Amino acid sequence: MTDWSGYLYLILQGALVTVELTLMGSVLALIMAFVAGLGRLSRFFAVRALATAYIEFFRGTSIFVQLFWVYFVLPLAGFELTPLQAGVLGLGLNVGAYGAEVVRGAVQSIGKEQYEACVALNLGRWQGMRHVILPQALLLMLPTFGNNAIELLKATSVVSLISLADMTFQANIVRSQTGNTMLPFATILILYFAMASAISWGVRTLERRMARGLDGVRT
Amino acid sequence: MSAPIIKIDSIAKSFGAFKVLDGLSMQVMPGEKLALIGPSGSGKTTILRILMTLERIDGGHIQIDGEHLYHMERNGQLLPADERHLTRMRQKIGMVFQLFNLFPHKCVLDNVTLAPMLTKGTPRAAAEKRAMELLDMVGMADKAKNMPAQLSGGQKQRVAIARALALSPKIMLFDEVTSALDPELVEEVLNVMRKLAAETDMTMLLVTHEMGFAHDFADRVLFFDRGRIVEEGKPDEIFRHPKQERTQAFLKKIIAAGHRV
Repeated sequence: MTDWSGYLYLILQGALVTVELTLMGSVLALIMAFVAGLGRLSRFFAVRALATAYIEFFRGTSIFVQLFWVYFVLPLAGFELTPLQAGVLGLGLNVGAYGAEVVRGAVQSIGKEQYEACVALNLGRWQGMRHVILPQALLLMLPTFGNNAIELLKATSVVSLISLADMTFQANIVRSQTGNTMLPFATILILYFAMASAISWGVRTLERRMARGLDGVRT
Repeated sequence: MSAPIIKIDSIAKSFGAFKVLDGLSMQVMPGEKLALIGPSGSGKTTILRILMTLERIDGGHIQIDGEHLYHMERNGQLLPADERHLTRMRQKIGMVFQLFNLFPHKCVLDNVTLAPMLTKGTPRAAAEKRAMELLDMVGMADKAKNMPAQLSGGQKQRVAIARALALSPKIMLFDEVTSALDPELVEEVLNVMRKLAAETDMTMLLVTHEMGFAHDFADRVLFFDRGRIVEEGKPDEIFRHPKQERTQAFLKKIIAAGHRV
């Protein structure tokens, strides 16, 4: 009889890595989404071009290949990263590129009359963006951000390929050691689902709180 | 007689091939209440939008309070205004929109205090005190903590007026401020404007289809058609004894549509 509690512990250790990756990756993705999304709306051509290049590159190539570049190719150029750093960087940059388009779309969907009110009240471009446009646009971004975060969570499984011991990696170890596929993979199936549900719930709660008293933004 | 506070000198504005304004000139004296009337597409709203820097002009000059709006003087030369110059000039002007344009994510009080706190660095306490005075003036003090979505159109517009006033502009622009309102809500907004006209010496420009109100409110009425001022004069002259055929035809149409003059 196999000692399942030891293996379960192994998988839970992996789950911790997955959570860690998801959280840190999401933070980086969020930052990149705003930087690149607002960059695409810049007055300056160079900023727009840079933002567009980033978005198109990371959306247009596979996360798998990107991760290999970050972990195996960057060191050749002198950037040595730990597997965790490489994982966070790869995931954050990849999902951030998708998020950037969400930011741009939401900002552009805020009505012209809000921008005009900002001019009439003499707010600077950034002041108007920060206090008037973004708070309204954020509400529109949230549902898609939730999707992106779940995508990121599921994409974390590819980091096992750069020797990071995440949940999928550990499940594979258990499988190869016990010869049982059903149990470890049923366990991580449930764990992934629980994590995704937690993200969904968190985003929905945030959305409901932000939408309170507001109308005209979501019709 | 003092100098005009607004001096518009042969400005031109086109939207694509459509010439909205073509060599328009006009002047407004400090404290004057001006009503701009005319058919839609005649350019009256465009003038307000140009004064608020929401549209740029294609040619001509505008001076506000003795200073160029769209130009800066540098070493005796007139250069196109930069954002900093425009920001300084906008302080003199406030605008109220047809669709209120309140910030839906901020309560009534925050709608009014936002701009003074950000653009003038007014401390929150002072900004809120001033905002409450203004909200009291427009009869909205008891709704200070409400969100815009909880207000009627007339209430929203009164808040919008308070919000524009919070920056203490010298010139207020009212762009069809009652056009989007249900008929029974028009009067509460007009009352606020009457009060404003009586209690302040602000210069006010009003684009309106409320001819009765324009008659009572304005010192001078300008009738616009196809980007030009066809006729101007005291309200009585324009509304009772219009000289130009086009003015007569326009007023006849308006009266036929059921508006009181």
